[in-house]
Order: sequence, then structure tokens, then C-alpha cells
Amino acid sequence: MKLAIMGAGAVGTSVAELASTYDHTVTGIGDSSSAAVDPDGLDVGAVLERKRTNNTVGRSAPEDLLDGEYDVLIEATPTTLGDAEPGYSHVTSALERDRHVVLANKGPVAERYDDVRRVEQKSEGTMLFDATVGGAIPVVSTIEAFDSDSVTAVRGVLNGTANFILSRMATDSLDYEHVLAEAQDLGVAEADPTFDVDGTDAALKCVIIANVLYGGGYTIEDALVEGIQNVPASALSLAAEDGRTIRLIGDVADERILVGPRLVPESGTLAVSGTQNIVQIETQHAGRLNVSGRGAGGHETATAVLRDVGLLE
Amino acid sequence: MSDRDPVRAHTVRLELDDEPGELLNALGPIADNGGNLLSIFHERGNRTPRGQIPVAVDVEATPERFDRIVAALRDAGVNVVQAGTEHYGDELTVVLVGPLLESNLSETLSRIESESDCSIKNVTLSIGESATDPSSARLRLAVHTGASDAALDAVRGVAYDQELQVISPLAGGESA
Repeated sequence: MKLAIMGAGAVGTSVAELASTYDHTVTGIGDSSSAAVDPDGLDVGAVLERKRTNNTVGRSAPEDLLDGEYDVLIEATPTTLGDAEPGYSHVTSALERDRHVVLANKGPVAERYDDVRRVEQKSEGTMLFDATVGGAIPVVSTIEAFDSDSVTAVRGVLNGTANFILSRMATDSLDYEHVLAEAQDLGVAEADPTFDVDGTDAALKCVIIANVLYGGGYTIEDALVEGIQNVPASALSLAAEDGRTIRLIGDVADERILVGPRLVPESGTLAVSGTQNIVQIETQHAGRLNVSGRGAGGHETATAVLRDVGLLE
Repeated sequence: MSDRDPVRAHTVRLELDDEPGELLNALGPIADNGGNLLSIFHERGNRTPRGQIPVAVDVEATPERFDRIVAALRDAGVNVVQAGTEHYGDELTVVLVGPLLESNLSETLSRIESESDCSIKNVTLSIGESATDPSSARLRLAVHTGASDAALDAVRGVAYDQELQVISPLAGGESA
């Protein structure tokens, strides 16, 4: 398959790096200001080196990439709220050209799900987005593998940064600011960790799950979201005395989306530690499924993207 | 009221003389009037000031049957000290967090008890050590069977008024 990759951050570059091992050809790599395009296949190493040294991927305009030769557009630009641009326009312009789209960017399927689905319906192309929820963990495809009517609830730990902070606060009785600074040093938290700690990132993933479960209609406005910024070390120690701990849990059930710090059994399934993610899927006839693994990271998310690409072949 | 009213758990507190057959005498009217006996706590080691043995009996019955049970117990000469106190079947643990927690704690607790129709069994307070580390309190609440969600909603309402954050167990999931 010929892949055009929009977005040259951790996920976009990882997809480019791993594409050849899946026998795909990268015909375009673009970011917000420029693009490198070659219908016969790019020298990925050279493009990424140019991005590293000159902070530019190529001489073409980003629009040339969307207009170029590819079977699948990989949309891996940063997630934005509201109109979900520029990701939304990238997705629709590929679909309007009857190309497939694989998303790593949550924006279009969290904030404008009904809009993109409408464009997809008129297209010969298909849109897949398993990489938007839970990184390497197959969440969307696992839900879709069941009849969505038979899934009664989906809940779990969907943000590795928040989980790292809470689990470290609990095990070492450290306060929030201290652990956040440490997480930033380790590269677990970004310089601006707002979306991770205020629950927005987990909420967007829950919104996507709700859109899959209930056939669309959800945006982040429909989620009740609380963050972990105000959870003190004292709350974690009180929970621990009771055999529990606190995790940022996203919960989709009864057509409701709730995200916030919750008490969970300390040795329970949901109390994953570090940057791990876990998703529990409650089914009507098959009980509870637990899927856990690495929920973020360039190669992890790129693996999910390439798994989706494989389904389009 | 009719027998189609919901069956609920009730606690009857009795004081019985320490004589053979007294307990059996007290349980008869319960069974005879359609009460389902859930548990009997016979505090044999304890004595009331009048020298009797306190007994707590949990009974499941409709409200109408329960009234008949209490009347029948009294008719049989059993000393009923308390009846109708509803049984709290479920337990709910929440952690409250906020900088104003300790200054308003007693008001918060009494409002939670009155507005959520629960009984606070235990409170553990942990005072924060700095401005960025506010205080927390763990509350163990006894709530009516099946009424955890309603109690939690009421707790959230009180917490919102008092500018506190509620960290609650996960509804529906494993909440231990």
C-alpha cells in the first residue's frame, strides 16, 4: 500500500519508520508547513533527517501531499478540540478523493464524528481509527468485534501520564507537583500536560468509544470530566489504608460518559501502574474482558495505525 | 398499604429475660406474620440495666407485615425497645478532598447524613501538609440496600456546595 502521512511528530515518524517492515511504501510525509512527496516512494531516512536538522520535511506544500498518489492517508497531526482542524480537512479531502484514511488524531472522530461518517459514506474510501484509543491496545476493534448492542459498558485507564502520576504518588507518598515535574523530566508528561491531567485526553477517548457504541452523536461537551490536579497525597494514603487506590477512570455506560479520579481496589485489575493503560469491556453474554498494554508512544501507536492499514488491504 | 408493597429489611431491638424459651417466644410472632428472618444477634454477654439480654433481629417484610409483627410481639409480652429502624445493607466509601474540608467538616457530615439518607459509620481525616496538598477525609457510609447511587448523588450535591471534590468508587465495576 502507498501511505501518505500527515503529521511528523512521534506517531507520524514512527509510522514512516515502520512502514517498510509491513511492506508499505511511503509516498508522502507532511507537517503543518511543508511536505515531501514522491509517488515512487520516499527515502524515509533522508526525510526524517531533514526534519530533525532543518525542522522541515520537504519543499512541497502540505496540500500537494493530499493531492498526491497514495492508497491510505495516515492522519497523525495533533488533536484539536472544537472544529478538529486541520485534521478534519485532511480526513475529508482524502475521503473525497476516494482514498482510505487511518487516524491517530482523536479530534475528527471525537469532535466531528457524524460529519466525518457522512463524508465517508459518500466515499469509496474507508476510515479506521483504532489508534486513537489506547495506543497499541485494540479497543475500538475489540468493541466492534462484538455486536455493539451486547456491550453494556466500557471503562478503564486511558491516559498513561495521569496513571503514572497517581501510581507514583501512591507508592512513594509524593505530592502531585513533585511527581508531575519528575514525569516531565522522564518524558512521560509533556511540557504542557494540561489535557492529560485535566481529563480531556481520557474524555476524548471515551467520546470516541461512545460514538462507536451508540452510533455517533457525542462530543466532549457530553462528557462529565474531572481531572487529577487536585488529588492530594493524603487522599491516596486514606485510600490505601482501606485497600484501595485512586485512578483516573473513564467510564462509558448507559449512554453517559464520566471521567474522573475513582477509588479502585489496590490489587484490582484497573489499578495498573506506570504508564500502562487498561480497558474493561462489559458484555451481556460473555462477561468482562480486560485488555491492557501500552497506551501511548510513537512505535506503540504506529503499530495500531499499521494494523488498521493492514485491514484495508 | 398492601402486601404488594416492597419487601424491605428492618431491625427490631428486643430485651428478653434470661429464661428458657424466651427467644423462641419472640421469634414465633415473626414467622407467624410472614416475616423472613435475616439474622439474630443475641448479646448473651450483655445485660441491660433491667437485667435483660438485648437482642437485635433483622427481618425482611413488607411495611404492613412488619407493623403486624411488631404488634404481635407486643401482644406476646415481648419487650420491643426499637422497631422500624431500617436496615442499612450496603456500604459506600468515598474520599472528600478540598482546602476547606476540615473547617466545614461537621456541617458537611451532618448534611450528608440528612440529605443522602445514610448513616456515617466512620470518618478518617488526613490534614494536608501544604497549600498544594489539601486535606482529605475518608467516609464510610451505611446506605440502604440498592440505594448507593442515590446516596452518592446526594454526597456529590453536598460536596459541590462545600467546594469539595468527591472521589467515589467506580459504579458498576469492581468496587470492592
